[in-house]
Amino acid sequence: MSGGSSRTGRSLLLLAPLLVFLIGFFVWPLFSMMSQAISDPAVLRLLPRSAEVIGDWDRKSPPTMPMQAALVEDLKAVDDDQALGDMVRRLNSARSGFRTLMSKTTSALADPANPPADLVSIDKRWEKPEFWIAIADALSPYTDRNLLAAVDLGRNAAGNIEHLPADQSVNRVILVRTFWIAALVTFFCACIGFPYAIIAASLDGWKRDLMLGAVLLPLWTSLLVRTAAWFILLQEQGLINDLLRGIGLIDAPLALIFNRTGVIIAMTHVLLPFMVLPIYSVLITIPKNLMPAAASLGAPPLRAFLRVLLPLSLRGVASGCLLVFISAIGYYITPALIGGPGDQMISSIIAFYATGSANWGMAGALGMVLLVATLVLYSVYARLSNDESGRR
Amino acid sequence: MPLKIAKATFATLTVLFLVAPLIAILPLAFTSSVILTYPIPSWSLRWFEELFFADAWRRAIVNSLIIGAGTTLLATILGTAASLGLRNRLIFFRGSIRTLFLLPMVVPAVVLGVGMQVLLAGFGLTNSYLGVIIAHTVVAVPFVIVSVTGALSGIDERVELAAQSLGASPTTVFRRVTLPLAMPGVLSGAVLAFATSLDEVVLTLFVAGPNQRTLARQMFSSIRENISPAIAAAAFLFIVATVIIGLVVVISRSMLAKRR
Repeated sequence: MSGGSSRTGRSLLLLAPLLVFLIGFFVWPLFSMMSQAISDPAVLRLLPRSAEVIGDWDRKSPPTMPMQAALVEDLKAVDDDQALGDMVRRLNSARSGFRTLMSKTTSALADPANPPADLVSIDKRWEKPEFWIAIADALSPYTDRNLLAAVDLGRNAAGNIEHLPADQSVNRVILVRTFWIAALVTFFCACIGFPYAIIAASLDGWKRDLMLGAVLLPLWTSLLVRTAAWFILLQEQGLINDLLRGIGLIDAPLALIFNRTGVIIAMTHVLLPFMVLPIYSVLITIPKNLMPAAASLGAPPLRAFLRVLLPLSLRGVASGCLLVFISAIGYYITPALIGGPGDQMISSIIAFYATGSANWGMAGALGMVLLVATLVLYSVYARLSNDESGRR
Repeated sequence: MPLKIAKATFATLTVLFLVAPLIAILPLAFTSSVILTYPIPSWSLRWFEELFFADAWRRAIVNSLIIGAGTTLLATILGTAASLGLRNRLIFFRGSIRTLFLLPMVVPAVVLGVGMQVLLAGFGLTNSYLGVIIAHTVVAVPFVIVSVTGALSGIDERVELAAQSLGASPTTVFRRVTLPLAMPGVLSGAVLAFATSLDEVVLTLFVAGPNQRTLARQMFSSIRENISPAIAAAAFLFIVATVIIGLVVVISRSMLAKRR
């Protein structure tokens, strides 16, 4: 028994480095991305004194003197203009009018010659509980604002969830577009990949090797190289337009790049191997004499296909479709290089929020949507392929 | 008969769709023109010269080699050790641990990139080689795990038991029996790790600074900003390297198959 436990100890010791590495640099980054999405300490960081006293307030009566004094102290202590701007932005989005109120208040407080008695003497609005409720709510370090905004929802003044106005509703369009492009690519991959796999599995010798090699070569080639190849082929003076004009099929060059057509063509090419290989691996396990058997029993080819081959290979088709769809929804490089502004998928928007506008909250929230969608689909895929290997 | 012709036509067209784009851009690497179109006016090696001697490209190639080497080393060591640990069926949560090891392959690169940038900024590791190597290792490790566990599962445990019963210590068994048998898997895992690092763009966009611009990153911005035949020259090198890497993997796999 001691031999067994020392062996277990050794195995754990071998596993530990990678486990620690991945928890530190894979799991933790994902969690810190998610915490970016829900945390918003912009207000709490600047108003620590107010946070202490505002908890005792009943949220209905006019603000008490200690609350006003604490807020004055906090505002006087602020020396970071950018942090102040972040705070005002959040307060203003909860209650419009905060921007003017805050700038009036801070400039009054900054005037040493003429110190104001209290906040109400600076502006009458400080008497109203609504503004203080907004501050009290914004003091929470957590917010669902980003997550709601990721699906074009927001909270109104009363705190109820509602749709954002149409001019702010871009994310749902992009989410729908992402799933639609992924679905189209999956559909085309299935239309090409399924028959291709059937033909490859029915052949042998060099023909089968050639068909499989044709799938593996692009799979192993750099994604960037494949995208560059399509970029060169699809351009206005590219080989495809030249070829079509050479045959006399078209007169003017077709617009194939920086639009949806180009994105679908390039993504179908890039993801086709992920459709062919799972289907092929299922098909070669099906005994070759089943189709002749069906034919000898009088089934016409179409019927034999529908009743015998299709049900047996459906598992492979489902795996392939899931694999293509999962990969497609996370795509960034191909739409970024081949697509136009109207073909950008959710990944591009995440990258824009993160690197373009440094809005980590929105980047995290949209990332969370994409991550959850991917993991749910992957768990279906994993179950499917586990069943498959269990059945064999 | 018509069905057979239809099948042959479909198969041929699909093979063309898969392979022709890669072949079609190869000759453009040798164009003397500054634009990437056919017909090629005359042949020249000027774009390979550009690739190896222009400052931006040369530095990108060097960076890719440094980062690729670091990633390969780190991913192969971590992945091989973990694969050996995973052999033990007594480990708790063995399946979950394996899934965790493979998950970096599934998670969209942009999502991981955002998280990685936030985290590495906290450690002060953005704009450093170490940061890029760490990020690349996360996505390269699954390939090492798949490759090495595949090789290990092909080892007949009785061979190791035989060595043990002949008096070999566990270290000797590992060094003289297990490791040599797993070597083809380790090597193809290392090759795949290097290839992953070489091709990685998205994580690099998020964590690398201007000094860690890799070849793939340089190609990405070159396609985006001003495409030149230097791209075709780089693609030519990539495709040639892919064929070589593919051959190495196929040969090491067949070596593995012969051993069984």
